[in-house]
Amino acid sequence: MTFEKEQKKNNLQKIFEVIKTMASKPSGLIGLSILLFHVILAITSPLYAPYDFKAIDPTLMLQAPSSEFWFGTDSLGRDVFTRTILGGRTALTVTFFGSLIALFWGGSLGIFCGLVGGKIDDVVMRIIDAFLSIPWILAMLLIVSLLGTTTLVLIPALGFFYGKGIVRVARAATHDVIAKDFIVSARARGHSNLSIIWNEILPNVRDAIMVEGAMRWSWMLLGFSSLSFLGFGVSPPTPDWGLMISNARGLMSFAYWAVLAPIFGLSSLIIGINLTADAFAKALGIDRSTKAPV
Amino acid sequence: MFFLVLKRILLGLITLFIVSLITFSGVEVLPGDACTTYLEREAYGAALEACYERLGLNTPAYERYISWAAGVLQGDFGYSLSGEMRINDVLGPRVKNSMVLASASILIGIPIALLLGIITALWRDKLPDIIISTVTIFSMTIPEFISATLLILIVAIWLEWLPGIVIVPTGVSISELLPNIILPVIAISMIMTAHMARMVRSSVIQVMASDYVQMAILKGVPYWKMVFKHVLPNALLPAINVVALTIAWLLGGVVVTEVVFNYPGLGRLVIESISNRDLPVVQALAIILASIYVSINLIADLMTLMLNPRLKSLQIKK
Repeated sequence: MTFEKEQKKNNLQKIFEVIKTMASKPSGLIGLSILLFHVILAITSPLYAPYDFKAIDPTLMLQAPSSEFWFGTDSLGRDVFTRTILGGRTALTVTFFGSLIALFWGGSLGIFCGLVGGKIDDVVMRIIDAFLSIPWILAMLLIVSLLGTTTLVLIPALGFFYGKGIVRVARAATHDVIAKDFIVSARARGHSNLSIIWNEILPNVRDAIMVEGAMRWSWMLLGFSSLSFLGFGVSPPTPDWGLMISNARGLMSFAYWAVLAPIFGLSSLIIGINLTADAFAKALGIDRSTKAPV
Repeated sequence: MFFLVLKRILLGLITLFIVSLITFSGVEVLPGDACTTYLEREAYGAALEACYERLGLNTPAYERYISWAAGVLQGDFGYSLSGEMRINDVLGPRVKNSMVLASASILIGIPIALLLGIITALWRDKLPDIIISTVTIFSMTIPEFISATLLILIVAIWLEWLPGIVIVPTGVSISELLPNIILPVIAISMIMTAHMARMVRSSVIQVMASDYVQMAILKGVPYWKMVFKHVLPNALLPAINVVALTIAWLLGGVVVTEVVFNYPGLGRLVIESISNRDLPVVQALAIILASIYVSINLIADLMTLMLNPRLKSLQIKK
């Protein structure tokens, strides 16, 4: 009991130390603060959004930024500032839960493949390779157009497609661990496969999988906003950056503010997540610099 | 060596076979089929029966798969739903347009990426590296549609240097197409260059830290001779695979970029066919894009094999 408690405390301490290492470099600190800012904004923005995000007013179309409308208004007379601060909520929620799903299934399948090896491993990796060679955008568009664009479709679909890469990372990490002496001795002690996975393998591959998951998060956000941009993501009038950019793009020569505000929101969030993920990888001592974006 | 090449090709073919199974069964498993999605509300009674009859959807799935796969193997993708056109005729000009865009981006992107990667690696953590690395990180993290939109806003609308949107018909000749593709090429090669430059940078840094380079420095080999003779050949080899993966990954990004610039290529066809629920075209596109991905990877594998003398002698010994 006391041992477990101590371990819990150690885990907390470890998390704290990782965050401290991440924040000790300027790029990590910037990334963490941007991410924190966006998370707080997404949680609290409905409390202080100055206007109704779906209130259409033809008399206020394409107003330039002013003290009344900080970021101007869009082609339907909606306040761009309101829609921009609300615009990250769906994206953050969908991609966060999507990443968790990707981490879970990618991690477990990868560890399983690494552990069993042999024929099963070969077959599964072939199938994963085949899935990797279908452009994600085609598969996502097909699923979304046949099943609809609700978050209940988007979250598992994104989670599935971005989990493929995690399978490879988890498998490779498991391969590295599995030949080590402590696994052999655990087997010799007669531990079950499940207990070996939980107690011996997982602690050793966890870092690599989590870093990959953090990276996937930013790519998933990119994918999600691309879908919205193409008109296959969240449906209007929900405020979403990708959708806002695609709507405001046509009138960009008259009203650049309506396109620049969501661009700033989305770019800063993606850069924030990327910097955080990089700092996270460095803090855990994992080198991602030679990896391709698959 | 020969058997190794044969094995790689065989693996690629197996991958493509699985892709064809996945796309076929995916369309099969998901609710709605070509007829119900195409006819929408009129999908009942005689109209539905006639459609099933016309497309041969009333035969069992495996029979349809076999006849479809046999057609694909002979280079025949069948007919599209919406236009009643042969899919080959629809695809032909699109493939050509996309190839023009992609090859222009690759031809411009790879040399710049090599140059930037080498500069940033040799001047690591100095001013050139800091500036170039910051720019590359920005251009590779920001989504394609944002950089493309910003390019149009700045270059086409504010500066009025170039047309922002491509307005050419699908079947236009290459010479007419070229002046229109400047902005799309910049948008695509910007992201690609950024990815590749970073790979080249880390690869060169790794080789620079190796023992034989230290030895060469101690021996008094002139700096640039060492860089070109000892470092680059070894550093660029592992970068080939990564470059291939980056190009393949860009297939998705090209779809979005083509939509932003209204470019009549494969990418826009993806969106059009999915909006029209033209499932036969979607299947054909999946196979084509997957074959491009597989062949790029195959070429990269073979190039690495041929350029790496160690692997070659290993195979001969066998």
